[in-house]
Amino acid sequence: MKNPNIKKVLILGSGALKIGQAGEFDYSGSQALKALMEEGIETVLINPNIATVQTSEGVADKIYFLPVTPYFVEKVIAKERPQGILLSFGGQTALNCGVDLYERGVLEKYAVEVLGTPVQAIMDTEDRELFVKKLDEIDVKTIKSHPAENMEEARAAAHELGYPLIVRAAYALGGLGSGFCENDEQLEELCTKAFSFSPQVLVEKSLKGWKEIEYEVVRDKYDNCITVCNMENFDPLGIHTGESIVVAPSQTLTNKDYYFLRELSIRIVRHIGIVGECNVQYAYDPNAMDYRVIEVNARLSRSSALASKATGYPLAFVAAKLGLGYGLFDLKNSVTKTTPAFFEPALDYIVCKIPRWDLSKFHGVSRKIGSSMKSVGEVMSIGRSFEEAIQKGLRMIGQGAHGFVGNKEFHVADIDEALKEPTDKRIFVISKAMRAGYTVDQIHSLTKIDRWFLDKLSNIVETYNKMHGYDSLQDMPDDLLRQAKCQGFSDFQIQRAVFKDKGPSYANQDLVREYRKSKGIVPVVKQIDTLAAEFPAATNYLYLTYNGVYNDIKFEGDNKSVVVLGSGAYRIGSSVEFDWCSVNCIETIRKEGYRGVLINYNPETVSTDYDMCDRLYFDELTFERVMDIIEMEDPHGVVVSVGGQIPNNLALRLARAKVPILGTKAQDIDKAEDRNKFSIIVDSLGVDQPEWSELTTMDDVDRFISKVGFPVLVRPSYVLSGAAMNVCYDNDQLRRFLSLASDVSKEHPVVISKFMDRCKEIEFDAVADAGEVLAYAISEHIEYAGVHSGDATIQFPPQKLYVETVRRIKKIARQIAMALQISGPFNIQFLAKENQIKVIECNLRASRSFPFVSKVLKINFIELATKVMLGKHPAAPQKSAFDLDYVGVKSSQFSFARLEEADPMLGVDMSSTGEVGCIGDNLDEALLKSVLSVGNTIPKKKILLSTGDPLQKADMLRACKILVENGYELYATGGTYKYFIENSIPCQRVLWPSECDNPNFKGRFTPAIDLIRNKEVELVINIPKNFTGEELSNGYYIRRAAIDFNIPLFTNARLAVAFIRAFCSMSLDDIQIKSWDEY
Amino acid sequence: MEKKLRATLRLKNGMELRGWSFGYDKPCDGEVVFSTAMVGYPESLTDPSYSGQILCVTYPIIGNYGVPDEGTDIYGISTNFESEKIWVRGLVISEYSFQYSHWDAVKSLDQWLKEQKIPGIYGIDTRELTKVLRENGSMLGVIVPDGETAPEPADVHDPNLDNQIDIVSCKEVIRYGSGEKKVVLVDCGVKHNILRCFVDRGVELIRVPWDYDFLSLDYDGLFISNGPGNPEFCRITVERLRKALQGDKPIFGICMGNQLLSRAAGASTYKLKYGHRSHNQPVRMLGTNKCFITSQNHGYAVDPSALGPDWEPWFVNMNDGTNEGIRHKSKPFCSVQFHPEASSGPTDTEFLFDEFISKL
Repeated sequence: MKNPNIKKVLILGSGALKIGQAGEFDYSGSQALKALMEEGIETVLINPNIATVQTSEGVADKIYFLPVTPYFVEKVIAKERPQGILLSFGGQTALNCGVDLYERGVLEKYAVEVLGTPVQAIMDTEDRELFVKKLDEIDVKTIKSHPAENMEEARAAAHELGYPLIVRAAYALGGLGSGFCENDEQLEELCTKAFSFSPQVLVEKSLKGWKEIEYEVVRDKYDNCITVCNMENFDPLGIHTGESIVVAPSQTLTNKDYYFLRELSIRIVRHIGIVGECNVQYAYDPNAMDYRVIEVNARLSRSSALASKATGYPLAFVAAKLGLGYGLFDLKNSVTKTTPAFFEPALDYIVCKIPRWDLSKFHGVSRKIGSSMKSVGEVMSIGRSFEEAIQKGLRMIGQGAHGFVGNKEFHVADIDEALKEPTDKRIFVISKAMRAGYTVDQIHSLTKIDRWFLDKLSNIVETYNKMHGYDSLQDMPDDLLRQAKCQGFSDFQIQRAVFKDKGPSYANQDLVREYRKSKGIVPVVKQIDTLAAEFPAATNYLYLTYNGVYNDIKFEGDNKSVVVLGSGAYRIGSSVEFDWCSVNCIETIRKEGYRGVLINYNPETVSTDYDMCDRLYFDELTFERVMDIIEMEDPHGVVVSVGGQIPNNLALRLARAKVPILGTKAQDIDKAEDRNKFSIIVDSLGVDQPEWSELTTMDDVDRFISKVGFPVLVRPSYVLSGAAMNVCYDNDQLRRFLSLASDVSKEHPVVISKFMDRCKEIEFDAVADAGEVLAYAISEHIEYAGVHSGDATIQFPPQKLYVETVRRIKKIARQIAMALQISGPFNIQFLAKENQIKVIECNLRASRSFPFVSKVLKINFIELATKVMLGKHPAAPQKSAFDLDYVGVKSSQFSFARLEEADPMLGVDMSSTGEVGCIGDNLDEALLKSVLSVGNTIPKKKILLSTGDPLQKADMLRACKILVENGYELYATGGTYKYFIENSIPCQRVLWPSECDNPNFKGRFTPAIDLIRNKEVELVINIPKNFTGEELSNGYYIRRAAIDFNIPLFTNARLAVAFIRAFCSMSLDDIQIKSWDEY
Repeated sequence: MEKKLRATLRLKNGMELRGWSFGYDKPCDGEVVFSTAMVGYPESLTDPSYSGQILCVTYPIIGNYGVPDEGTDIYGISTNFESEKIWVRGLVISEYSFQYSHWDAVKSLDQWLKEQKIPGIYGIDTRELTKVLRENGSMLGVIVPDGETAPEPADVHDPNLDNQIDIVSCKEVIRYGSGEKKVVLVDCGVKHNILRCFVDRGVELIRVPWDYDFLSLDYDGLFISNGPGNPEFCRITVERLRKALQGDKPIFGICMGNQLLSRAAGASTYKLKYGHRSHNQPVRMLGTNKCFITSQNHGYAVDPSALGPDWEPWFVNMNDGTNEGIRHKSKPFCSVQFHPEASSGPTDTEFLFDEFISKL
């Protein structure tokens, strides 16, 4: 039973979303908090990620928006004095932090008990050497790794084992700094990098081509064990499980295989002494019953979040309860409510997880996938055949695919090579190979993907080809049409096969829909109930399938449902912030007495927790599927404005299909989305905007640019996060970029606008009711315009805006809200120079910054907007940002360390993967907390600077003087050195990479790269001066080295200045440890 | 894909589900039951406890890893199956994987069913079927490929009226293995993995027919196996068990063995609405915090209320509270309703064989 001494518990969050550690920890943390609250335990949460659901009012009793680092966690412990701490719900960040606190005796000092898995067990799984020893004790086979603490040891181990080898850094997230190598040279390269993250590197024999299988195991303190789910990777070993397509349950394991590995998992977990949840990963021989344990994660993980969603078993919730001392037999299955939590779910469907990559957002990054993680999000699709699940999933990842086939052709230079060396496009290369006549055996020998998966994929190709043989729906046998739907074909794919791109695709899709409905070919709704229908379950966790003939649920037909369209896969530009919006919208809908129905398919989210809504459709957000659901639900209305761009883009089509859209009318949404229409409105209001033109030919482009001059911003319409958007400074760049961007979308031509240098960028987030603004938040970017708003550092309330600027912005925003008759959330972006205001963009939906401004201002904008959309006409809150006596700063988290060779430079295209938001008594304090929360540290002594063009150099001069006054030693590259000396700033000259071989310099000055490599500097400030090739490559080497050797890097002068001022004005000790409710 | 033949599953309650025939393209009839096991179709199909039944598998994709070799080990025990043949009368699934993939497979499920003359039907909404069986109880049904004729489900002979145990039990005494200790195994339809569990532990096993007078044999321990159908057909076995209970030699039973031993100990048995057929049945050892995930396949259960005063319930099902095992308070007699030998299913309780053998 429960430990009665635990009255207050501290839980560590995972901080900003980054590659390898994303939204899944918002889900697991939220579940843990729910489990604790239910027990009446006081909860304290540390997590600077302000956009999460777990950091919302009422989810935890106390919330600290502080960095999850030993320093700050100790401070919070000293202040709050909790009896217990939970380490396994905040990913590797929380785990590492907890182990550090334990080892330094902090937990003992404050008598804080680690709940759940003991720290020793965590360390046994984290340190490879201890781990292997531990499993050796029970004769369980591991991948024998040879630890090496320097290059000589690594080389010796390599020669003993023989290539191919895998090298990994100990104590690192999601395979950071790890990779395969085939020879000494590659080994050297990998090890150098790995040593910069970790004092220990592990050299192992590679088992490329083995199956990769995972088990999720739960154990209570009474030694009762269950395996909740197993999963099989579609991609064999060699591709990180986060980069793999994964299915659950396993598909190619026999009973013997399945229970052999299950028994091993339980033995391992018992021996290690897990109390809670744990993930065991195996390499499994495809030709024998042989295995190696790859690793054990003694914490909630990406896989456990997936397993929870795949089975309906709330792993994090149960793990938290077990941490309090409960036995599995004490807890109930939260789906059936009658049977116990001690059971193993039986699935009667298959789920398929597919990663979402955004590699095109990064310059210079390799598209190959392998043993370290690069994907930024994932989707989970559910079906009753593999074909159905994978085709759904491929649509869900939202990169233009309609499924496995029927997509726009893309060019593959060498199919053999592309099959052998997988990239983010692997699955589509397989599709192409199959259509080019490759046999399953050929593809198997090149990819090592199990034939079973490949055979299923070839069924899809075969069905497509059969459909392609018909020119009309009426000629096609009904059985073929039904089979296609059972294999997950969308109406779009069917129309493409039959109509062969003749006629508009939307109209053709409608024809397919009407035709198949007339034949009774419609999907059915099935429940996920953890027990494969063995027991009745009033579960609201649903999916749609064509592999069935009966619905599991009855629809009330009472017009009381409100359907919220969620945000889909996390991607650069659309992330946990929209999950927060969706969750808050659903909560408000339910409070207002409606049935809250959610559609979303992202397993990392809180919104897809079936506890959050009255009905959860874990399914596609395509027009087709949304209509399927709406036709069954017959809802009061549909909310399209809280899930980011995916639902927003559906608004017009849904409205045309007579779906009641709540809030702002779809036609008005379109007026804001469509540049031409929006421009006319802005012009009619007499509001300024940067000169722009929508162009279709190169002649028009040249004519326009000769009028406005460079630089120009080039982008397609319907933009989210600046997909394929770029600033061009000259003709060469323009032509190069247009050749890439022109095929983005034929229906929406390329737009070119004048790019404004050295302008402030301002965000206006607001809620309006019938055009009247009810609440608003104006926030100000620290960087000048040109850094994507998703990458910028944002201060709220604005700290450096003229009152006049604010007044004008308010006025313009009110005019726009009225003109577009906005009812609901919206966001406008402005440029300001002096008091000149220009409008750049307007979105009639919640924006990325909604959770940030809502939490800083303590007015829930989504709750307000939802009430508006439900027609409740709420009163305007009596509070404004001027009342705040504190400041919030939102900083962006970048994941460049994961993205080998990517240039960590910021531009108009978004590249951050997450964000934090911290609150301070003044700008310096808030900024410092925020910048430290995204993994930076305050430099101790030495700083390397290259401060860009003359204007930027001048911008930074004062700050650099402050650095010197504070005792910092500065190292500067050529131009910066000269400028500093001219301005009496003492500094030492260092060499650009291109100068290193120059006999005039060689030996006289240290190369900048060496300073970084030898970790002699603690901060690198590298401001790109211009965009010439040499400048870029010189700077690139320095920036990349800073990332690869894990040294804080700033590439923006304005942000660098703000950071310098902050850490020079106050020390770490001056930072106040205040919870959210203390502001 | 091959040429497809339509087929229909008809149930006694009038429900009809259309699908496609696979395996043996002929009609079949039996009691339709469902199992929620996600793996292990070769083991399930050859489990004698399914005698007389049409099996609906709730996991929707079946046939993935083909079917392994039918070989036997040096004792004549099947290496990969639970008996010498398929006992299920018909197989109902949602999707059939025409292509299989596994190093250990020698043929497809389709081919195996054809060889053993067992009809299959795929393309069925097995979830809906399961719900119907859950709500109405297991019921008679037929699978009929188009163009074939079959009796109405209502007219089908109910296999529960027959002594299924007599059908599946061995017809003569068979001996396996060697060792210091001798165990007599009363075969009510024994799964081969039970034989393996004994033989692998160095026990000499004497497998006798269900109605054999085992009291005439010399043994160190007595084991009552699993088996199909209604325990009431085994009155003679129960009578002999009662006599054995007079003695002190260890007795262990599994599944049907639990029901027969319970009856011998004074308890009664009854038919469950739709039985337990899955790999995920949670049981708790009474009076302890020890819980196990078990594999089960039974349609009848023990009502322990009338157990003799020397007896006590041993395990209980954590889902529905039904009895999962009994034991004698002082003598080495015990039995369990679940399958410690697993195959198919979880292996958590295999230690019960060790416990039994240690008492011999």
